[in-house]
Amino acid sequence: MTNSSPTPAVRLHGLTKSYGRGATVLRGIDLEIAQGEFFTLLGPSGSGKTTTLRLIGGFELPDSGRIHLGETDVTTLPPYRRNVNTMFQDYALFPHMTLLDNIAYGMKVRGVARDERTERALAALEMVHLGNVADRRPTQLSGGQRQRVALARALVNKPALILLDEPLGALDLKLRREMQVELKRIQKQTGITFVYVTHDQEEALSMSDRIAVFSHGVIEQVGTPADLYERPSSAFVARFIGSSSILQENGREILLRPEDVRLEASGYSPAPHEQTMAGTISEVSYLGPVTRFTLCGPDDEDGVTAIVPSRHARSWREGMSVVAVWPEEAAYPLPHRQD
Amino acid sequence: MTPGRKLLGHIALLVPPFGWLGVFYLGSLSVLLLSAFWQVDAMSGEIVRDWTWENFRILFSDTTYTVIARRTTGIAILVTITDIILAWPLAWVIARKVGPRLKLTLLVLVALPLWSSMLARIYAWRLILGHDGVLNWGLRLVGLPDQNVAFTNIALWIVFSYLWLPFMLMPMVAALERIPASLLDAAGDQGATPWQVFRTVVFPLAIPGMAAGSVFTFAVTQGDYVAPMLVGGAGSEFIGNVVYSNVGVSGNVPFAAAFSLILLAMVAAYMLLARRFGAFDAQ
Repeated sequence: MTNSSPTPAVRLHGLTKSYGRGATVLRGIDLEIAQGEFFTLLGPSGSGKTTTLRLIGGFELPDSGRIHLGETDVTTLPPYRRNVNTMFQDYALFPHMTLLDNIAYGMKVRGVARDERTERALAALEMVHLGNVADRRPTQLSGGQRQRVALARALVNKPALILLDEPLGALDLKLRREMQVELKRIQKQTGITFVYVTHDQEEALSMSDRIAVFSHGVIEQVGTPADLYERPSSAFVARFIGSSSILQENGREILLRPEDVRLEASGYSPAPHEQTMAGTISEVSYLGPVTRFTLCGPDDEDGVTAIVPSRHARSWREGMSVVAVWPEEAAYPLPHRQD
Repeated sequence: MTPGRKLLGHIALLVPPFGWLGVFYLGSLSVLLLSAFWQVDAMSGEIVRDWTWENFRILFSDTTYTVIARRTTGIAILVTITDIILAWPLAWVIARKVGPRLKLTLLVLVALPLWSSMLARIYAWRLILGHDGVLNWGLRLVGLPDQNVAFTNIALWIVFSYLWLPFMLMPMVAALERIPASLLDAAGDQGATPWQVFRTVVFPLAIPGMAAGSVFTFAVTQGDYVAPMLVGGAGSEFIGNVVYSNVGVSGNVPFAAAFSLILLAMVAAYMLLARRFGAFDAQ
């Protein structure tokens, strides 16, 4: 590691975009993504994350703002002039071509010799464990296999940047977990910058080096998964990443993570540096290893959620009066909003 | 209802359509097949039911008929190619470039001529292409010499191309609509220029639509005899016209049957070919 910061892989400056009739999707996006990063655009649907990805890929043009890939200003370049490959949400495999031809497609249109492209396409298929079905057509594959082919096609051209648009959305949970590990492994192995779009905060936390949280066409916060979880910049980020309770205290919003909260019988006298809230258990959800309790305060407001290991939670029932206890340092005051 | 009665009910529903098809369609087809191998007595005009290849021998040896068969097929191919070329830009715009309202308007405009009689539409072309028709009137207006297009194979080509264009256009619109937008994005993303995207993705995926359309432009053109009669000239006879005159004028039904059978075989061969290209695959 040197001190001089290398050129970022992606630089977005003041991007705005609206679709006809004034539906504004992006309201000024500024972002820098470093070389070799696994960077996630996270947000609810309609927050602008996919539009941002499509602007980087060149599938749409911004109303204003600039897009740099490395040193190059690509704002107005068409997709085929950008050194970027995309893994599409619906995989977008060509139905009239074999898997091998699908993967070799980019090399073919750019005039790579047949022998070389066959060799490289086969190697890419091997990498995603599909070397033995190179002659099949996409319709003969399962969803998970198609997804691997789409990944191989994005990787085979060795682009500077790979864009992934909710690529795991259509898979079942188990396959999803496997592919998360696989994607992360391949990203590390190749060192290619990944820009990943998802609305699944758990997926974002487990895979990303850094995350940008989108809401209503702006970026709420950019940071590492730990930054976002432990030091969220707003109630929106706190609510969107993990589960949280937000208490009002002297006009400030205080964030409390449920795993920091435990339950005690009423009348519990807190130790120094402990804070408490008395209340009634309004909801109990048994989740296996842990049990989640929702507490209602005296005025039916300021609810607190506690997640307690299930073996410590057997005595608590719905409707019981209890005290929620947490260490002082676990309460995180959210920064005041700038606007 | 017992299973037995249910089965009887199903059979009762199937008898009328199968009966109809069996008697009128398969029945007349087999008579056609059989009579192609019969003869007409030259003196009496009676049909002689002796098996013979004579009709086919004449059809394959007499250049009059081989020329007609080649003309029929040649113009059908020309019409198909013309309609594919004409339909592409419009089908592309209707399928992918316009909003739902304009799409509906354009499709209605394309279908509108089909609400009028085919004869009326062919006669309209006589008014356009005729010696004192709209075409020459326009040419004279800008000082160009008259063209003698009417009653030629060129007129036939123009009229057929016009008649069947909507039937090429509709399946092509359907085929182009079905191509997911993400495939076009993916091709561009992989480095294909717009022309390469068209050549390697859009065109191959539109082949089933073109094949379905060509069933009309090729097979129906091959079987037509009305347009050659109305806008064709002395050298514009189609197989259908030979069949027509042999049935109606010279009363040689076996000879007409033999030529129909050849036409039928060509159309069937073409249908098989079109099926190979996905013409009949819904979806």
